[in-house]
Amino acid sequence: MLRIALLMLFRDRAKYMMLIVGLTFCSLLMTQQASVFCGLMLWTSATVRNIGAKVWVFDAKVEQVNEVIPLREIEVTRVRGVPGVEWAVPLYVGIEQARLSDGSFQNVQLVGLDTATFVGRPMEITKGRIEDLRLPDAVIIDQVGIAKFKSKGIAIDIGTTFEINDKAARVVALCHANRSFLGQPYVYTTYDRALQFSKPQRKMMSCVLVEPKPGVSATELADSISKLPGLKAFERDDLFWNTIWWYIKNTGIPISFGTVVLMGVIVGIAIAGQTFYLFILDNLLYLADLKAMGARMPILAAMVFLQSFSVGFVGFGLGVGLTSIFGYKVLKIEQPPFFMPWQVPAFVAVIIILICCFSAAIGLRQIAKLEPAVVFK
Amino acid sequence: MSPHDSSRAGSDSVAVAVRNVTKIFPNGDTPTYALRDVSFEARCGELTMIVGPSGCGKTTLLSVICGTLAIDSGSIEVFGKTLGSMSVSEVTGFRSKNVGFIFQQFNLIPTLTVVENVSIPLILQGWNYRKAEEKAAAILQDVGLGERIRSFPKQLSGGQQQRVAISRALVHDPKLIICDEPTASLDAKTGHHALELLKKSACAPDRCVIVVTHDSRIFSFADWIAEMEDGRVVKSCPASEYQHA
Ligand SMILES: Nc1ncnc2c1ncn2[C@@H]1O[C@H](COP(=O)(O)OP(=O)(O)OP(=O)(O)O)[C@@H](O)[C@H]1O
Ligand SMILES: [Mg+2]
Repeated sequence: MLRIALLMLFRDRAKYMMLIVGLTFCSLLMTQQASVFCGLMLWTSATVRNIGAKVWVFDAKVEQVNEVIPLREIEVTRVRGVPGVEWAVPLYVGIEQARLSDGSFQNVQLVGLDTATFVGRPMEITKGRIEDLRLPDAVIIDQVGIAKFKSKGIAIDIGTTFEINDKAARVVALCHANRSFLGQPYVYTTYDRALQFSKPQRKMMSCVLVEPKPGVSATELADSISKLPGLKAFERDDLFWNTIWWYIKNTGIPISFGTVVLMGVIVGIAIAGQTFYLFILDNLLYLADLKAMGARMPILAAMVFLQSFSVGFVGFGLGVGLTSIFGYKVLKIEQPPFFMPWQVPAFVAVIIILICCFSAAIGLRQIAKLEPAVVFK
Repeated sequence: MSPHDSSRAGSDSVAVAVRNVTKIFPNGDTPTYALRDVSFEARCGELTMIVGPSGCGKTTLLSVICGTLAIDSGSIEVFGKTLGSMSVSEVTGFRSKNVGFIFQQFNLIPTLTVVENVSIPLILQGWNYRKAEEKAAAILQDVGLGERIRSFPKQLSGGQQQRVAISRALVHDPKLIICDEPTASLDAKTGHHALELLKKSACAPDRCVIVVTHDSRIFSFADWIAEMEDGRVVKSCPASEYQHA
């Protein structure tokens, strides 16, 4: 009878298409929006992923990586004194204003790396050498910067000069970095030069990057550093998640995305549930015939569930497939944000399964209520 | 009248025995007595017609005989089995094996081809698709629709659809064939042909055919006629003795 059930479904072209379109749209909407949300959240933690240090030490009031409360440089020495620290280096991160040769401005995310070790260096240098950062006025700029400058008509290459807060900067290398939440280009330089670029303040250092001694766990080391008064240390993954949670709690982003995902669910239930209900209603007389001819409820239930799950399966596949194509296209241009961890399709699959069960259940209720005697009407 | 009418000639064993059955539909304050203490018999090898005016309870009687409707009192025996003593699921199983249905509106599934429609009773009994379709195709051949087995019901005329419905009722060799107004959707000539076909292919010594109708033009196909009025069987006699009022 299962084959009969599928034939009944597939040959009802109009409703079948409607069901597929509804569920495809619903899963596309949910997968795409959830993936963009995940991508956006990933952007917020770009600095953590770009620098990559195992332990980060901030001012005790700092909750996430994009929040900078400057520290005195003496703190590096205090951190070095904590048992289990292999090495500790200062890091400068700050948003500075770059002025291009044509006079236009561009905010950049300036990163000052420890001059001796370059800890936190760009993961991927696409042109030039990191060592050249020791040359006068040297900076390294990322692909976002190249694109931003290009859109203003300035081609950046090794040797290009511009100004950061009125001080000369010269590009010595190009790199690829993870895009930041606000889309400001990453500009790398040495720690000392970063302090010269930025506006002088009493405290200048943004944070301390720490490597634990071999055999010392990063989490435990972070805990013991946090015991120093006025300091708070995070293990890398903790900082990553703290940053993401901070944005989830403190911005309207989850609500706006959540609304769209919810709309996907509602559209799915409305279109798919209703169409499926109509499909069952249309076939009710025939299902009653089958009941009269001796089809037991479990068989009818299996038929109805198979019908609803087969459209759910196809709709889910198409929706996730279309989202993947979308993701593949946007990842090339890195905008809008897109990140589809396996949890996203899994979550969408669960929602689709619920929609299918719901649709099948309301259909089945109609069939269960059916007196087989109605076949003679 | 007596359910064990000794004047009944040419008949073999009793296939369906309805004894003192009452069926009440509780329509709010004014319950409808659809069947009032009805006793009725149908025999193997005969085509029994249940006739009578609209609303007299013919369909209700048919429904209780095939176990799709529960009764309030009395007993029903079909081929020696008492329906009241079986569970719902047992009755359903009994029906799938022993009863073939022919409906007024044919009730063919529009999205299935003719041969798929006809194979359903076999598939319900666990036959595999290929075997079921082979048997269905063979029986469709017999009723003259061998060329149309891949057509959809809508592409057939009313008379052809009724032939498909007859094939579906017979394909699994049921011992009891139940027809409710089989000619009501057909014109006189086609209705006549349908009954001819039914009589020819359905009536067999070990099979009982019950036809509900108020179409007096087909009374001549009956072996036995039971007339109902207001929930009661008021007359039950061989067709040859039946005088239509
Ligand atoms: N499901 C039901 N609920 C309530 N009343 C019903 C139901 N089915 C039938 N009845 C009532 O029972 C009586 C007998 O109905 P039934 O359908 O058996 O008549 P019938 O002889 O088949 O009539 P027709 O020739 O018009 O088909 C009618 O008065 C009808 O209104
Ligand atoms: Mg009727």
